[in-house]
Amino acid sequence: MNSGGTSRTGGEQATIALINARLVDAESGRDEEGGLLVENGLIKDLGTEFRRNAPDGAEVIDCGGHVLCPGLIDMNVTTGEPGHEHRETLTTASRAAAAGGVTTMIVTPNTDPVIDDVALVDFIQRRARDTALVHVHTMAAMTKGLEGLEMAEIGLLKEAGAIAFSNGRTSIASAQVMRQSLDYAGDFKALIVHHLEDADLADGGVMNEGEVSSRLGLPGIPAVAETIMLERDIQLLELAHGRYHAAQISCAGSLEMIGTAKTRGRPVTCGVSINHLTLNENDIGSYRTFLKMRPPLRPEDDRLAMIEGIRNGTIDVIVSAHDPKDVDVKRRPFSEAAYGAIGLETLLPAALRLYHGGELELMDLLRAMTINPAKLLGLPSGRLTKGAPADLIVVDLDTPWVVDRDELQSRSKNTPFDEARVQGRVLKTIVSGRLIFSDGRFT
Amino acid sequence: MGPMPDYGLVTALLAPVYTGYFQDSIILWRHHRNQGLSAVQFPTIARLLMIPAQASTDFVYPHRHLLSIEDLTPADINGLLDLADKSAEINRDVRKKRDTLRGRTVINLFFEASTRTQSSFELAGKRLSADVMNMAVKSSSINKGETLIDTAMTLNAMRPDILIVRHHAAGAVELLSQKVDCSVVNAGDGSHQHPTQALLDALTIRRNKGRIEGLTVAICGDILHSRVARSNIMLLNALGARVRIVAPTTLLPPSPERLGAEVFTFMEQGIEGADVVMMLRLQRERMTGSYVPSTREYFHFFGLDQEKLAYAKPDALVMHPGPMNRGVEIASSMAELPRSVIQEQVEMGVAVRMAVLEALSYQLPKE
Repeated sequence: MNSGGTSRTGGEQATIALINARLVDAESGRDEEGGLLVENGLIKDLGTEFRRNAPDGAEVIDCGGHVLCPGLIDMNVTTGEPGHEHRETLTTASRAAAAGGVTTMIVTPNTDPVIDDVALVDFIQRRARDTALVHVHTMAAMTKGLEGLEMAEIGLLKEAGAIAFSNGRTSIASAQVMRQSLDYAGDFKALIVHHLEDADLADGGVMNEGEVSSRLGLPGIPAVAETIMLERDIQLLELAHGRYHAAQISCAGSLEMIGTAKTRGRPVTCGVSINHLTLNENDIGSYRTFLKMRPPLRPEDDRLAMIEGIRNGTIDVIVSAHDPKDVDVKRRPFSEAAYGAIGLETLLPAALRLYHGGELELMDLLRAMTINPAKLLGLPSGRLTKGAPADLIVVDLDTPWVVDRDELQSRSKNTPFDEARVQGRVLKTIVSGRLIFSDGRFT
Repeated sequence: MGPMPDYGLVTALLAPVYTGYFQDSIILWRHHRNQGLSAVQFPTIARLLMIPAQASTDFVYPHRHLLSIEDLTPADINGLLDLADKSAEINRDVRKKRDTLRGRTVINLFFEASTRTQSSFELAGKRLSADVMNMAVKSSSINKGETLIDTAMTLNAMRPDILIVRHHAAGAVELLSQKVDCSVVNAGDGSHQHPTQALLDALTIRRNKGRIEGLTVAICGDILHSRVARSNIMLLNALGARVRIVAPTTLLPPSPERLGAEVFTFMEQGIEGADVVMMLRLQRERMTGSYVPSTREYFHFFGLDQEKLAYAKPDALVMHPGPMNRGVEIASSMAELPRSVIQEQVEMGVAVRMAVLEALSYQLPKE
């Protein structure tokens, strides 16, 4: 289905039988006790008949009655490779992914150099193939150097394996460039993933504009900076014909616009970060810089709107928005600290907070992290189906634990969930039929 | 003025009834306007009435100007092509000179640089014994309209018989034609029309394929900015060809399907089974990210090479209006193929322009 990216096939493998599992699959709506067979990196079969019975000669993994579901697909991962390897490499990010149950990560082009050339897409894919534990796909730059002025070689980049196109964490200011890019990418059926932030309105802002920023004495970024850009893009889709995905929405206004555009049949989808589903601006507390991010954390009403968006399907995808930053740029006064938070490893535990808190069903959460991104990106994974890649995770939904940033796999430790009490974690991660992470250890 | 039993006029007014290919209302309006019978035109028509059809041919070109393919009926086009066929023969004679325009003055008025079109018109005029004058005008960016009209009035005072005009602004040639007493030929106005190019392309196709009706012609490249494409789409439709346009969406005009062509954004699909593959020039300033990302990407997806040409019919003609960007819209080797008729297009250019000048001369005031 998708020729690009890296795939890890283990060659001839014995059949693996995952028995005594609770099979949960958002594509089919399946939630039942059973088992699953893996052969040659693919799902060979699954169902209740394999709950206790494994075929002769199969290697048996007992899931202990825990959830067995497709590995997560994270559409928004920034690493430091190339250019800022001290923050994160593809290897360290992939370890965080494996430990967090993410079996496919889409890396963004905002590296140094920017991924705007065929040779660089090739570089990422070779590095990932040689050094990463999970599948890595490259999101290439929409515009040369991410400058928002000239289109990048979208056709050639797609042929080289770029899975989607984005302008990193900056918006395209020029409506004309955006229109042309949508049109041009549309010819190649390429997905445009756009960050939403009017640069002028957001200029100088370090958190959500409102009462809290007022009290903290910090310059704010109004929600309108996001909705203005989104509204413009949706209007442009009346002229242009590409596929458009809003990388992250964060406020109720954006949700309404996406909903209306979808009702009108526009080719619009959107994502939300796990941070905006589980945290709000009050969590910044006394200037905690690990909670400084773009878009900024919003008021509680907006967070509730995001939850509703996942529940009713207006929001398609949940991302970690993983953005590793070292202490040098984070241990500073709030207004001078860098934006960004890591999230690969805490994506699932944080999402399970919503499940345990009764805010979202497990199926809604999994849909937004497995089958929905798979469909958007044209990936064959993200589902429990015969013949699909055996990218699987076993999840203990219930065991409580406390996040300790020093125990996380990422090279940078800027997690907004440091010391958070969470419930549930990944027990096993299987990528292309290979068990790569099991009970806290890489295998 | 009363009704006039002029053959040409009647043809022009009835023509839309016969032609299913044009958008009828537009052409009808065009013809009315073209035959709009201003005070200047009236004596011309009156004179025509008194003069029998030309002895040498039964074709009468019923217009004073050649501004747009839109103004022409299929009969007009075929008449011009037949005449051009004869001119092509003359051009292959040792003695290429004819007396048709003896004593007439033709002015080439080019507001936009051109080598081949201007020299082609110049040669055409000279082979018909006209006095040809070339004027290259550097148009100032301020008050273009004023400059244009002033220039037109100045030239008009010199009493030329035919003005050949190229201008960078769409509609400029038509505007100029309203202000002068002589005949005007549009040698290209902005992204609007280049009628003699479409005629010479049609002549080249007809001479190689024996017909135009029923052929599939794929026009590939920068359709958005191309006057050649607009003229060709109209002319080929008028003569019953199946026209396709092939370009990335960024190089297509809005509502491209309304132009009377099938639209493709992939070369392989667009030229599959085509009888004629017509490549358009892509200007350098449009290859750096605003319309297409780069030269190499454009060539990879839209440049004509052996691989892509294999999708067309085995005997498909390869055409290009020139000047070519080798390695951008066309591989160097393509231009040298036996079925490339790019050089023949240049030759037919002179023939078509002789035919146009001759046809217009029928309507010029006689001694």
